[in-house]
Amino acid sequence: MKLYDFELSGNCYKIRMFLNILGINYDRHPIDFFPGNEHKGPEFLAINPLGQLPVLVDGTFQIRDAQAILSYLAAKYDDGGTWYPTSDPERLGEVNQWMAFGDMITGTASAARLHDGLSYTQIDVKAARAGAHRLFRILDEHLWFAEREGRSWICKGDTPTIADIACFPYIMLALEGGVSLQDYPAIRRWTDRVKRIPGFTVMSGIFSAGAGVEAA
Amino acid sequence: MLQNVNPTDPVVYNLWHVITAVDDLTPGVPQETALLGEPLCFVLSESGEPIVWKGKIADQTSEDKNARVRAQLKYGYIWVVLGEPEFEIFDIPEYVEDGRRNMNAISVGLNTSAPRVVENFLDMAHFPFVHTDLLGEEPHTEVSEYDVDYNPEEREIWATNCWFYQPKASAASEEGVLAEYKYRVPHPFCAILYKTSPDDDTRLDAIAVLVQPLDETRVRAHLLLSVIDHQNELDKHIRLFQQTILGQDKPILENQMPRRLPLNPRAETPIRADKVSIMYRRWLRELDLHYGVIREVA
Repeated sequence: MKLYDFELSGNCYKIRMFLNILGINYDRHPIDFFPGNEHKGPEFLAINPLGQLPVLVDGTFQIRDAQAILSYLAAKYDDGGTWYPTSDPERLGEVNQWMAFGDMITGTASAARLHDGLSYTQIDVKAARAGAHRLFRILDEHLWFAEREGRSWICKGDTPTIADIACFPYIMLALEGGVSLQDYPAIRRWTDRVKRIPGFTVMSGIFSAGAGVEAA
Repeated sequence: MLQNVNPTDPVVYNLWHVITAVDDLTPGVPQETALLGEPLCFVLSESGEPIVWKGKIADQTSEDKNARVRAQLKYGYIWVVLGEPEFEIFDIPEYVEDGRRNMNAISVGLNTSAPRVVENFLDMAHFPFVHTDLLGEEPHTEVSEYDVDYNPEEREIWATNCWFYQPKASAASEEGVLAEYKYRVPHPFCAILYKTSPDDDTRLDAIAVLVQPLDETRVRAHLLLSVIDHQNELDKHIRLFQQTILGQDKPILENQMPRRLPLNPRAETPIRADKVSIMYRRWLRELDLHYGVIREVA
């Protein structure tokens, strides 16, 4: 299996993390996203005409889009069938709903990070930050009520799903775009739980959880 | 909003500063940036000359001679000075040495002050905790005694005889080494480190951080590499290693409060490992530098 990858991309990181959780070995094929802009070059555009990372190649099968890759990997390689509950229509719908939410986080929090960090000056950073805060308020409230019902994860059920993986990276990296998590305590408790999922890995800018006991 | 340069700080106003790497510029296509709170535009002419002027592209001030800013190319970057330069750009002799690969590893925006970035660059103590399994690992956390000197003639700080155990010191490393480091601070907002090269026993790799102050608490850090590396065929593998390192530093830097560097010796408690940063802060005080620092007594 081969992953077209960039270390500082949260969307690539969610695939690396999930592959590690599933215990799948793979080759990283680094793309010089910045400053090389290799993802907009002819060679990579032949692989993905959208010029976006990540892209996964599994044998003869090739797939792009972080959320699509997560669902493919879970459906194919998660023997327990818990990460992407294809046999439970309601939960499956929920997972897809929150994966789309993860995409909206990419469109806002990640855009603000590109503006601040990689000088994407064409991005309207105020709108991106405001959009991220709006999403974080919604997720924080959702997680707060979930905790009151004794649940730990974004979707119903006792185990995490790929919706948790899809939403996690750009929430953790939001401060790099000037979006603080200070006002979202339920989100911060949830990120600590994600960090304790067996197989969790880090990327530049995201650190592992401390050894302490998780706060309820 | 940009905060304008404090006009009472001629020290930074009369220094040369980097505003962009030239590698990825297309001649004739103007771009925007900022320096010391001043919005700037820059373009490479068809003959490769840097042209820099104050304002925004939409203002169409490029032909206005009064808006022009003194600019030059050096080490693969455009350098500009807004005031009257008192000193030349410092020398990096390694840059022209045979057999070295020079490149800009990354230009990254950081929400902090320029002196905070320089000070982080000079610090070894954070390696095992922030750059785990690359530049350091527990339990090898001790920073052994090293030497610090200020050379008044060259106006430079040098830290030498620094040694640190590193599991993966560079993109060319195949095993852990006890790496030798030297640090040099030739400019209030630039620093160079020299470290053991896995590919050459006789020479040290040079890595420079050139910090562009957009304003007092927002910067772009440009990372210049001048390294000996025969292992990695492609420059991008060398760059990606350094991008990983800088990406790990980013949240640490952006969470250091206050963002401006306090120069009062009692404001933040140093330890023995901070010898070079004590010297750096003292130097900034003696230069009478005000930009990106807190001078008043805490």
